[in-house]
Amino acid sequence: MSFLKEISPLDERRNYNEVLDLSSGDLHRGGIKPITFVRQVLAACFYPALLEDDSLPLDVKQRAESLLRECDGGSIGSYTDSSGITKIKHCVSQFITRRDGGVPSSPDNIFIKSGSQTALMIMLKLLIHSKDSCQTGVLIPVPTYASFTLAVEEQGAAIIPYHLCEEQGWMLQVEELRKALHTGRKTCNPVALYICNPGNPTGHIQSRKSIEEVIRFAAEERLFILADEVYQSCVYGDDTEFYSYKKVLSEMGSTISSTVEMASFNSVSKGFMGECGLRGGYMELVNLDPAVKQYASRLFSTRSCPPVVGQIALDLMADPPKPGDPSYPTFSEEVQAIKNTICKNTGRIQEVFAELPGISCQPLKAGFFVFPCLHFSLKAIKWAKKRQMEPDMLYCLCLLEETGLHVRPGCEYGQRKDSHHIRLFVATQENIMEDALQRLKTFHTRFMKEFS
Amino acid sequence: LVVLRGSLYPTVPDWVLNFSPLPSLSSPHRNLSAFPAAQSEHLQQKMSENGALPLRGKVLTVDTMNANVKKVDYAVRGPIVQRAVQIEKELKEGVKKPFEEVIKANIGDAHAMGQRPITFFRQVIALCTYPQLLDDNKFPEDAKNRARRILQSCGGNSIGAYTTSQGIDCVRHDVASYIQRRDGGIPSDPDNIYLTTGASDGIVTILKLLTAGEGRTRTGVMISIPQYPLYSASIAELGAVQINYYLNEEKCWSLDISELQRSLHAAREHCNPRVLCIINPGNPTGQVQSRQCIEDVIRFAAKENLFLMADEVYQDNVYAEGCEFHSFKKVLFEMGPEYSSKVELASFHSTSKCYMGECGFRGGYMEVINMDPEVKAQLTKLVSVRLCPPAPGQALMDLVVNSPQPGEPSYQTFMKERTAVLSALAEKAKLTEEILNTVPGISCNPVQGAMYSFPRITLPERAINEAKAKGQAPDMFYCMKLLEESGICLVPGSGFGQREGTYHFRMTILPPTDKLKIMLNKLKEFHQKFTQQYS
Repeated sequence: MSFLKEISPLDERRNYNEVLDLSSGDLHRGGIKPITFVRQVLAACFYPALLEDDSLPLDVKQRAESLLRECDGGSIGSYTDSSGITKIKHCVSQFITRRDGGVPSSPDNIFIKSGSQTALMIMLKLLIHSKDSCQTGVLIPVPTYASFTLAVEEQGAAIIPYHLCEEQGWMLQVEELRKALHTGRKTCNPVALYICNPGNPTGHIQSRKSIEEVIRFAAEERLFILADEVYQSCVYGDDTEFYSYKKVLSEMGSTISSTVEMASFNSVSKGFMGECGLRGGYMELVNLDPAVKQYASRLFSTRSCPPVVGQIALDLMADPPKPGDPSYPTFSEEVQAIKNTICKNTGRIQEVFAELPGISCQPLKAGFFVFPCLHFSLKAIKWAKKRQMEPDMLYCLCLLEETGLHVRPGCEYGQRKDSHHIRLFVATQENIMEDALQRLKTFHTRFMKEFS
Repeated sequence: LVVLRGSLYPTVPDWVLNFSPLPSLSSPHRNLSAFPAAQSEHLQQKMSENGALPLRGKVLTVDTMNANVKKVDYAVRGPIVQRAVQIEKELKEGVKKPFEEVIKANIGDAHAMGQRPITFFRQVIALCTYPQLLDDNKFPEDAKNRARRILQSCGGNSIGAYTTSQGIDCVRHDVASYIQRRDGGIPSDPDNIYLTTGASDGIVTILKLLTAGEGRTRTGVMISIPQYPLYSASIAELGAVQINYYLNEEKCWSLDISELQRSLHAAREHCNPRVLCIINPGNPTGQVQSRQCIEDVIRFAAKENLFLMADEVYQDNVYAEGCEFHSFKKVLFEMGPEYSSKVELASFHSTSKCYMGECGFRGGYMEVINMDPEVKAQLTKLVSVRLCPPAPGQALMDLVVNSPQPGEPSYQTFMKERTAVLSALAEKAKLTEEILNTVPGISCNPVQGAMYSFPRITLPERAINEAKAKGQAPDMFYCMKLLEESGICLVPGSGFGQREGTYHFRMTILPPTDKLKIMLNKLKEFHQKFTQQYS
């Protein structure tokens, strides 16, 4: 946002020294350190002279060496296959098979891209007929993250919104899908159903039953499923479990499992690696028409290849240190520490919100964000209307101005009419979270009082 | 049975799927898995009759998908490369061939051919990646300073954080300073710099922005023939209209304004020409345009109201005596405000070529000049959709534009490495031209710059006919035979475009000198044999 530039940290009127940016899903920006094993392997791949160093653990060196062997000329500066290094695709498909309890995955259906967003955009490009007299439609959840909506619009498709049910923990209800599709069919040709599970910004996770219902719906209504599962490894609570769309699909009987067309997406940007800047992601295609797959490959080839460093990060995500490996103790400590931090943070958030009027939040099941609901008084809503701005946008702007806390307003993600939210990133260092919560508490209390 | 194609279980043999149902979880809803797949066709009909689960075919087929995708072709990674990869597999499996290895002279990938990375660059990137190394005294101080500076501009001091979509601030500033230095002081505004995922990303983005209209008003994009097929592929993908202007092979692939004029005039009949793309130094042709030529092109673009796209990724790859790289921006501004305040220009650069050869990093930038502010706002929005370019690529770009200076500890080694790469390339450029020109039936223009030779080959009539009978472009036929008989992988000229009735191939000058000599001599042998065989 451009107004961020206008804030001078030296301005005496401000009672804060720095802007606390909890607006984007960026682990490292939030102060979480990168995973040591990952960075050691990457550094050795960039500068192989380090392989002669005593300071690097043996498993780091072995992994770097084995990955460099897969690169032409032994250099990560070489181009690779457009869909990614073969060995890494194998590693990813093995990861998927393990994750899904044995459901086979073929490396031929794995396409590595510069981040899951790029992969999503390519799928959209394949699916969307921008020249047709009847616009292609894509079903999109409300709320959903803004860059995806932009990507769909950029490709010239019509957005068919389906609302998630906030009262029931942001649940996806098939009835709502059906309603949305019915409305959508009046004005466009719906071909794809986009699901974000675990959800962004909502933090919900679909039950197995819910996934089955959605798949069945897609089968009945002949929709291509785009399953964005980038937050699959960020699941909290003993009774919460991630089910991949692929796994559930595979267990639904041959007619459905061999016909429903689907692309699932994953990335190194989320999870505990949080390597957003490296741009590593993949998609797995299920039941894609082989002729279409050939064209898709050709399309990918014009983009030359995904960044090699991102591919390597994917390999490390898919095949992390195991018990017995020299790096395993540090690795598991680091991952556990991040999980603990997030759990503590969500605990604190609930505690703080419980004391505040006019703000409530669905329990966080997965992902990196909470999407609390703000209950504005009529007075507050009128004030925003006078300024021709959405109330939650104005709330966020004032919050930033007065306390230096940067969060995003719900209007950017979509929400039911007359409901208001903010999206708050929770995967930050505990002291940063505490600082953020104090700033929010101070501002919110004043705001609610002023507009009571 | 339609049900079995594109099966979820590609490793399970078809006959198994034909006769046994796949395991399923019982579900309160109708469960089709109780019926073995062999009966499913009959079942499908029944189900359709009942209005349940229509199984008419896939949602995404060649007919329902985006029609533009069908027209996309990218010869550099096309069928000949696929065959080369297959042959490599066969060699590995011990299949006997008339050669021991496949030489991949099809793609401009320097490291793949054994070129070493620049030490300084890799040191800094390693330091950025694993900052613990900042305490390691094996790394020079100038490398550490660059790393610290880059990390400071990254969120959480990590190259794993998202950067702004336009690219890390300090990198864009450094790019602007580099451009200013390179262009003799002509100012460059960091706000006009966009870091990109390789130059390709920037090129496609600008083309996207420029493509509009329908039918006769559809955007026309002028591109040189021969051209780097990213352009033709992107034009096809975007549904824009490709407008060919032919480079003059007799005059060392130079650009004639009269040819630009002719091509534009013809194109105006059926589309709305808005863009003029020029690759300098050229790919695949290697020509380095003279300053006069660049001025003429700018004048032409100004007169005809065309947006100029200057692909300058080979700007350091200039070998021939008397040739010099002149950036379009520099020439534009030296032509005075009549042009410099009007002509809309986007220039592209990359970390993949020059002396760095870091293709796998996907680093690049574009500078946009005189873009309408509202359009620029849309451009900024457009690039935000893909979030950000890879941070290591951005960091590398920073080092390219901010390389070691005299007096710095790494300067000598850096210059030694840089000079070694560029002089080796110059040598190989000359060698290639010389050897190829000794072959009757092969004629090679001087390789003035870039990384490729694009010689013209004379093919016997019989060979041409046999190729056509096979439905193959004659130079593809030639290159395929070359691959099968000698293991040399080139890209046929038809992949780049050429005048009707002429045939070429593109071969990189990247293999190490010894291997290059061997390759050129093998090629010589093959050509003579081929000519004899089909005479």
